Formats: sequence, structure tokens, C-alpha cells
Amino acid sequence: MRDAILRKSSAKLSSRRQLRPGIWLTRHLQVALSSLGRLARAPFASLMTMAVIGIALALPSGLLIVLDNVRTLSGSWDGAATLSIYMKQTVSDAQTAELAQKLRLDSGISEVSVIVRHEALEEFRQLSGFSEILNTLEENPLPAVMVIKPDESHSTPQQAQLLADRLNAMDGVEFAQLDLQWVTRFHAITTIADRIVWVVASLLGLAVILVIVNTIRLEIQSRHAEIEISKLIGATDSFIRRPFLYSGAWYGLIGGLISWLLVTVSLWLLEAPVAHLAGLYQSEFELSGMDVATFSMLLASGTLLGLVGSWIAVGRHLNSIEPS
Amino acid sequence: MISFDNVSKRYPGGYDGISNITLQIDPGEMVFLTGHSGAGKSTMLRLIALLERSTRGQLRVAGRNLTRLERRQIPYHRREVGMIFQDHRLLHDRTVFDNVAMPLIVAGLGHNEVSRRVRAALDKVGLLKRERAYPVTLSGGEQQRVGIARAVVSKPPVVLADEPTGNLDAELSREIMALFQSFNQVGVTLLIATHDLELVRRLGKRTLVLSGGKLIQDQKNFSTHA
Repeated sequence: MRDAILRKSSAKLSSRRQLRPGIWLTRHLQVALSSLGRLARAPFASLMTMAVIGIALALPSGLLIVLDNVRTLSGSWDGAATLSIYMKQTVSDAQTAELAQKLRLDSGISEVSVIVRHEALEEFRQLSGFSEILNTLEENPLPAVMVIKPDESHSTPQQAQLLADRLNAMDGVEFAQLDLQWVTRFHAITTIADRIVWVVASLLGLAVILVIVNTIRLEIQSRHAEIEISKLIGATDSFIRRPFLYSGAWYGLIGGLISWLLVTVSLWLLEAPVAHLAGLYQSEFELSGMDVATFSMLLASGTLLGLVGSWIAVGRHLNSIEPS
Repeated sequence: MISFDNVSKRYPGGYDGISNITLQIDPGEMVFLTGHSGAGKSTMLRLIALLERSTRGQLRVAGRNLTRLERRQIPYHRREVGMIFQDHRLLHDRTVFDNVAMPLIVAGLGHNEVSRRVRAALDKVGLLKRERAYPVTLSGGEQQRVGIARAVVSKPPVVLADEPTGNLDAELSREIMALFQSFNQVGVTLLIATHDLELVRRLGKRTLVLSGGKLIQDQKNFSTHA
């Protein structure tokens, strides 16, 4: 009789972990919903925490979007990055055309347009306003110019520089000028801005974690009795941890939604002035908002930060509660 | 079912909770544990439920060596030891039903099984009609019965009770004891700590007497001795 009971109870212990998947899933769903319900029961306090998280996430994601927009703008300049090839004075228009024809076949070059000497003079005359003086010249002082657009695969500053060096060495070429310096500088500036955004994002991400650690710590304290009794009746650590992890995830997720709202409203407020400014530059530029990928990233990182925060809080404070 | 082999519990600071206790409780026994407060009754119960670890000796419960049980195994051990407290330890923001359901939910039972078993346990302690009530609206005796229902709802082979009648009058105490006897009749091993000697004598069960952390008496039938 005694042996039978002992055997039965040890069999029970070894088969303890076989929870049916259906029940396991239902349980998680229940815990997730009841965690959400708990937050909804103290709407003001919950929303305050979520708003703090939302603001903290909105700043870096807003900056990232602004940076993306600036990059789109510089991207359209990148495409316009060109090489100007000034031919020697002694080279005739026919020879220039011949060279242009040769260059068109070059794999690194996508477009070559030629400004022959008299066209150059004409253009200069129109743009400079020195037409009177130019008329007094006997000879055309301007060289023929070829404007070369590098192939897309050769459009980075380094490759364009190599191309310029190659062209410089060609017969009849006075010198090849690369108009990329300012683009390079602009790239450098956006790289710095990018770094700044990531530093800000990391710091604010840390702030989000700390806010959640503190919030979950308070929640653990207020549910002290429940945790103690749960441990008393045989709840595993993961069972006790679960509702707090879900709370943290909810804080992060809803905080992410709030930050999306804040960014969207801010962009909407910026739209009209930006359009006006673009209009002044005869540009079609339009502020682009948050795309689906960024939106999902924002929600995912909010949820992840929430989980990390609650995990830290739970790890630090749950073990200190033992039934007495 | 429960066996102490030279078990001692020394608290930090050198105070001995219990020292060198050796005894054996068979499956299906109903045993009382008496002694003055501070004699080590609670310590014994706490060691059995693994709320504390013994500092020396071998302690086995339901075939498990508690001295060597890993920390992560403790919850599974506690599921097989129902505990009843003098202060009930109920959650006041949950209904009677939800309080009693806790051990089953923790053990991962399905919804229907939980309802069925909780109702059966509440029926057993005579509180089926109060399942939707909150503990604060119940009397002390009723709250204790909810605590008992929670301890037995998962049908643990061992049930421990620490001064279960401490705050109750004689009439209610008798009711609670009758409840324990009915569990005992279906094979549950019970260990009840109490200083209500009157009650212990009347029931005539095996009784352990502790004093200063030592077992000074182990009587098969306490009433005949008295």
C-alpha cells in the first residue's frame, strides 16, 4: 500500500511537464489578456508610463525619419554627380566628338554629352552677362567640355575619383574635374548625424528599460501576497514571471504605438512648411512619413525593451519574495 | 510518507529550530504536533513543505529526498503538499472560487477540469454557495474552510496544517477537525500542528510533542496516555 502510493506520487512528479499544447497556448493568451486588463484597471497610471515610453521612442524614430528624408534629398544630388572634362585648346571639335564616342563605350560611363567650343562660348555669354567684352575677343578662349555621368556602379566618390584620374591621363584632355567634394562632405555630415541619432536612440532605449524596470518593480511589490501564495502552492518561477513579462511587453508595445502617433502628428505639422521651402527651390521634394517596415521595427523594439526591462525587474525582485 | 532521520534546522545566529529529530509517518496517518510556541512545530512543517531547508540529517517526503532536491524541483514538490495556515493566507482581491482554483491553475489543468474540481472541493467544505463571494465577506471559520479547500483541491497525498483552529471557537474547531478526519478516511496523510490539547485528546490520534526543538514524546493514542 505504502509503496504503491510512493510510486504513484513519484510518477506524477516525473510527468509534470507534459502540458498539452492547446492548454499551454490558452494559458499564455489568458495571462497576456489579464495583464492587459490589469493595466486597463489603472488607466491613468498605465498611460503615464506608456506616454513616457512613447516620448522616449518618438525622439529617435522622428530623427531617423528626418535623416532618411535628408538622405533621399542627397540621393537625387548623388545621381547628378558628374565629371567635367576640359579639352586642350588645340583639340578640334571633331577630335572631341571622336573621343566622346570612344568614351560612350567605356563600361564605367553611362552618359557623355559634349559642349563644343562655340556652344561653350554661347553658354558663357548668356550666363555671365559679359557678352560685350566677349564680342571684342578675336578667338574663342574656351575649351570644349565633355560632361560625363559615371555608371551607377561607379558613382561612389572613390570610384569616380579613379575614373577622373584615368580620364586625366588621356590624350587631348587638359584636366578632368570631379564635382564630388561637396557630396563627400555632405555624406560625412549625414554620417555624423546618423551616429548622433543612434547614440540618442541608445540612451533613450536605456531610459525606457529603466522606466519599465521601476514600473514592474512597483507592480511586483503590490502583488507581494499573490506571489508568495503562488510560490506556496507550487507555482514555478516561470509561471510567476509570466504576467510581469507580459505587462512589460504591453507597456513597450503601447508605448511604441504612442510614439508612432507622436511622430505622425509631428510630420503632419511639418508637411506644409517643408512643401513651401521645397517650392522656393523649385523642388518636388515631399516629406515621406513612417513606412511599414519602420513602424514594425518601432513596435518590435518597444516590445523588446519592455520585455528586457520587466525581465530585469523580475530577476532582481522575484527571488527576494519567499513564502514564510 | 514522511520520514525524519536525525534532522536539524539551525538558523543563522545559532538558534536551533529543531534538533536531531527522527520519526516516521506512514501513508494515511493523521498525526498531531503539539508543544509550546517556539517548540519547533512550525519549523517541522516548513521543512516538509520545503519553505526552508534542513541544515542536517535526511528528510524524505513521498519517496523524495528533500535534502537533495534541486531548487527548480521545489514547486513540483509543493504541489504534493497541501498547506493550511492559521491566518488562511487567502487573496482578498479574488473570489472564493478563484482562490481555491489557484493550485490547479498553477499545475496547468484545463478550464473544465478546474471548475469541476473546485466545485467538488467547495462542496466538501460546505461553501459551494459562496463561490462568487470575496473572502472579506466570509466569517473566520468560512475563510479557514476556503483555505482548506485550496489545500486539498489538487488532491495532494500530504496535507499540513499550522494551527488551523487557532482563531476559532470550540464549535468551529470541531467542524474543521471533522473535515480533516474525512480527508484522512480517503487516504490523505495529515500532519496538524496545534496547541489545543483538549481537541487532540478527544480525537485520540498519534501525537508528537515537541519541546525546545526536540521530540520529547511520540504517543500512538494520546487520549489513553492522558
